[in-house]
Amino acid sequence: MKKSLIVIGVIIIIVLFMVFSSIGTYNSMVSKSEGVTGMWAQVENVYQRRADLIPNLVATVKGYAEHEKETLTGVVEARSKATSVNIDANNLNAETFQKFQQAQDGLSSALSRLMMVVEKYPDLKANQNFLELQAQLEGTENRISVERKKFNEAAQDYNTYIKKFPKNMWASMFGFEPKEYFKAIEGADKAPKVEF
Amino acid sequence: MKQFNNLTMRKYLIPFNLYLFTFTFYFLSLSFSAFSQDFPERPSPPKLVNDFFGILDANQNSTLETTLYNFNKETSTQITVVIVKSLNGYEKSEFAYTLGEKWGVGQKGQNNGIVVLVKPKTAEEKGEAFIAAGYGLEGAVPDATAKNIVENEMIPSFKQNDYYTGIANAVNTLMSITKGEFTAKDYDKKGSNSTIIIIIIIVIIFIIIAVKNKKGGSSGAGHIGTGGMFIGGMGSGGGWSNFSSGGGSFGGFGGGSFGGGGAGGSW
Repeated sequence: MKKSLIVIGVIIIIVLFMVFSSIGTYNSMVSKSEGVTGMWAQVENVYQRRADLIPNLVATVKGYAEHEKETLTGVVEARSKATSVNIDANNLNAETFQKFQQAQDGLSSALSRLMMVVEKYPDLKANQNFLELQAQLEGTENRISVERKKFNEAAQDYNTYIKKFPKNMWASMFGFEPKEYFKAIEGADKAPKVEF
Repeated sequence: MKQFNNLTMRKYLIPFNLYLFTFTFYFLSLSFSAFSQDFPERPSPPKLVNDFFGILDANQNSTLETTLYNFNKETSTQITVVIVKSLNGYEKSEFAYTLGEKWGVGQKGQNNGIVVLVKPKTAEEKGEAFIAAGYGLEGAVPDATAKNIVENEMIPSFKQNDYYTGIANAVNTLMSITKGEFTAKDYDKKGSNSTIIIIIIIVIIFIIIAVKNKKGGSSGAGHIGTGGMFIGGMGSGGGWSNFSSGGGSFGGFGGGSFGGGGAGGSW
């Protein structure tokens, strides 16, 4: 009789311990996951900022470089493609993530082509409006790389957390999936160079 | 015989474990130092003007330091000037943000820090300059403005090898455009928030002591003594030394964060 009481007591203590540790783990997983979501919002913000700059930039370049219609259309098309891919932060799976990154990288390379073409137009390069847009674009590319890096760090922190034993058991029980990272763009892992 | 074997085994095992430990520790410190070699350590004692190149003379250095110190005291905005010998293979923008983030330039939550990074021109390499603005100052210092400051106020002086004038001009402009953004009052308000929390903690400690006194009876006096000591220790060790240090030396960076605002140029 006494023995069975002790056994029951030990079982209760173990169960209680497991419940408490799972609550703690669950809560940190939620806050880490929310951290990644917050970083994703920042990433989308800075990409949106770049998209917002483009109409103005295209209009300015058009006035000086009419022969570059093809490059300009390329930028406009890449922009509309990039802005059409919107991902909900809770839906960050490998497929949607890759789609997003592809669209944004397409815009990056279209922009860097435009900035190369612009080299041929000294009048444009002296235009005050263009110079300002150029500084803003450069700053936006910097912001993109900073926010991508911060997102990757947050995602890595979350992934390491949920993959470690014994948290991985709770993670799979509560349905916490690992998050995707940004990969470096092939051939141009740094932002398109817009230096003059 | 078996006993003996066991003992010798143990003898070998312990040093082996020690080896493992020192090895991991060694590699950890190695990887850490690789990173900190790329970026200078946070200055200790804290300084706002950090001339690792040695291009400013003592007088210029202290004039700039005083100006920036007073500005920080008045507005809580932290502008730091960093002059380096080399960017260690990084882009100037990346170098400036990483350094600002690592040192924590600006106040936490306000993110009102600015890093003015200068890599003087040498025989082998071109000169580079970058102004990085923390999240909280991206509105006051737009990229185009930062670009203007670098191109029009810094580089012309730098080209004539007059680094002090270029830096002083840039710092003056930055101070005048960020002056209205933050005030020390905003910062103090935040500070008073944390004081309230500390007061609550102290009250809780007293309640705990009081409850213990009731239970413990005669041993109570000793408890009060330790409680008092604990509070005394908190007062002197707290992190609010930033503004109370009035004597004229900078209290330290506040933990601000950088998001990629700013611009630079080279010559």
